Amino acid sequence: MHPAFSVIFFTVASGAGFGLFSLLFIADTFKLGGGFSQDQLVAGGLIALALVAFGLLSSTFHLANPKNAWRAFSRFRTSWLSREGVFAVVFMPLALIYLASIMFDAPLWLRETSGFLTAVLAWITVFSTGMIYACLKTIRQWNTPLVPANYLALGYASGSLLLLLGAVIAGLDTTPYIAMAALIMAIAAVLKAIYYFWIHSPGLSSTINTATGITRAKVKLLDTGHTHGTFLTQEFGFQIARQKAGLLKVVVFALGFALPGLMLVWVFTQQGGQWAAIIAAVAGLAGAAVERWLFFAEARHVVNLYHGAQRC
Amino acid sequence: MRLGLVIDLDVCVGCHACAIACKEWNASGTIGPLSDYQPYGAEPSGVWFNRIRHYEMDEYPNNKTVNFPMSCMHCEDADCVTVCPTGASYKRAEDGIVLIDQDKCMGCNYCSWACPYGARELDRSSGTMKKCTLCVDRIYDQELPVEERQPSCVLTCPAHARMFGDFDDPDSAVSRTVRERGGYPLMPELNYNPTNTYLPPRRKPVIPVETQPKGGLKESIKQFANKLVRR
Repeated sequence: MHPAFSVIFFTVASGAGFGLFSLLFIADTFKLGGGFSQDQLVAGGLIALALVAFGLLSSTFHLANPKNAWRAFSRFRTSWLSREGVFAVVFMPLALIYLASIMFDAPLWLRETSGFLTAVLAWITVFSTGMIYACLKTIRQWNTPLVPANYLALGYASGSLLLLLGAVIAGLDTTPYIAMAALIMAIAAVLKAIYYFWIHSPGLSSTINTATGITRAKVKLLDTGHTHGTFLTQEFGFQIARQKAGLLKVVVFALGFALPGLMLVWVFTQQGGQWAAIIAAVAGLAGAAVERWLFFAEARHVVNLYHGAQRC
Repeated sequence: MRLGLVIDLDVCVGCHACAIACKEWNASGTIGPLSDYQPYGAEPSGVWFNRIRHYEMDEYPNNKTVNFPMSCMHCEDADCVTVCPTGASYKRAEDGIVLIDQDKCMGCNYCSWACPYGARELDRSSGTMKKCTLCVDRIYDQELPVEERQPSCVLTCPAHARMFGDFDDPDSAVSRTVRERGGYPLMPELNYNPTNTYLPPRRKPVIPVETQPKGGLKESIKQFANKLVRR
């Protein structure tokens, strides 16, 4: 699949935003490390909302006809893309109610209820983002429950690193934040490793024989029938060399998981190494972006069987 | 009604006439225009609803070229319709034709991702997705003579490799042909239940390809003479 940068930015930024917001609610409820002040909570919440909003805005850049984008909320009952849009839009006012109830000292039940609902909705939205890809039967590398699991784990991992940075800046006891980030990152890394292992072997997949229905002999493409590329070759023809993909997987683990993990140790021993927390957050987000690029680059759509691939 | 096409891989000669006829009709049809990019330039490309690929099956000396026209299969379980977030893609209840409302499409490409057959192509100039309409603006046209109320590609095919009809009617020409010739759907394992059906190339005796003619005394004298002359 052709990796579209608007979609990569969207999924990484909004995933981190949703993750940050949900974890902020947990940090607020349990007063982790002494608890953030009112202003700090609101600032953190607004940063999370900005990440989500910029992500959603960027996702419209890959539309060829954005003036009809408002219609995307209409097929909630069947389309995961529609569901994601609806959940993301419902998330916004709920999140604002939560932030307002912090700012204006609303009764605790309102603060907790709105916060909890926002966190649940954030989870559902990121799950829907993953399901946009996971529900496609045409792409073997995506059609697995590991995809929404990866989206959730990586979104929360980036969010936890951003929250740790906030805790360091706010001068809180960072130990609970380090523990939270370490746990979520470990889960994300393991899930990603399982995913890479899983897509490595094709298993039962479509072949050029089932695509043409000629199963009684070997089949090979002689001619695609077009002079230059078509929409299909531009959108689905993207291919990444196996070696390059392997190298990028190392980058994903080194940049996305190992480096932030190392920085966590640094923050823990120093009790507030601000630079270490910044490096952890930036590396985590960069690793997620590389992961997302590879997620698209490695996906092989079955239409490639009609352009010469023997197996997808 | 479940309207669709039967494509006979045994007789298709790969002339691309169906693709040209399709482009000609639909460029000015309800879904047109079908934009071309650099039609006379170095990298010509554009929107086509019908594309013909050419395959080779088996290996020499049993090989055979198979010409392979493909357009929208008008699937029974069309994922392109269910994934569409705007409701632009829809499947008609009365005849099973899958269509795209050009006024609603936002050009997100998601439906093309869901289609295994590469039937949907984005028109980059209008920013909307386009696809085969089964010539819906032709097959119901009361102004046309009855025998012309068929998709353009079917009418134009010089080899009669394409048939159009109702697959729900067990006595229709398409249903009978599919039964008799063992017609099959493409990529059935994905469970899209495509309506369009392909008829397999017939099994034919292998044509002998020995270069040395077999012969008796006369033939060997002839060969001997030939050798002498060549010297």
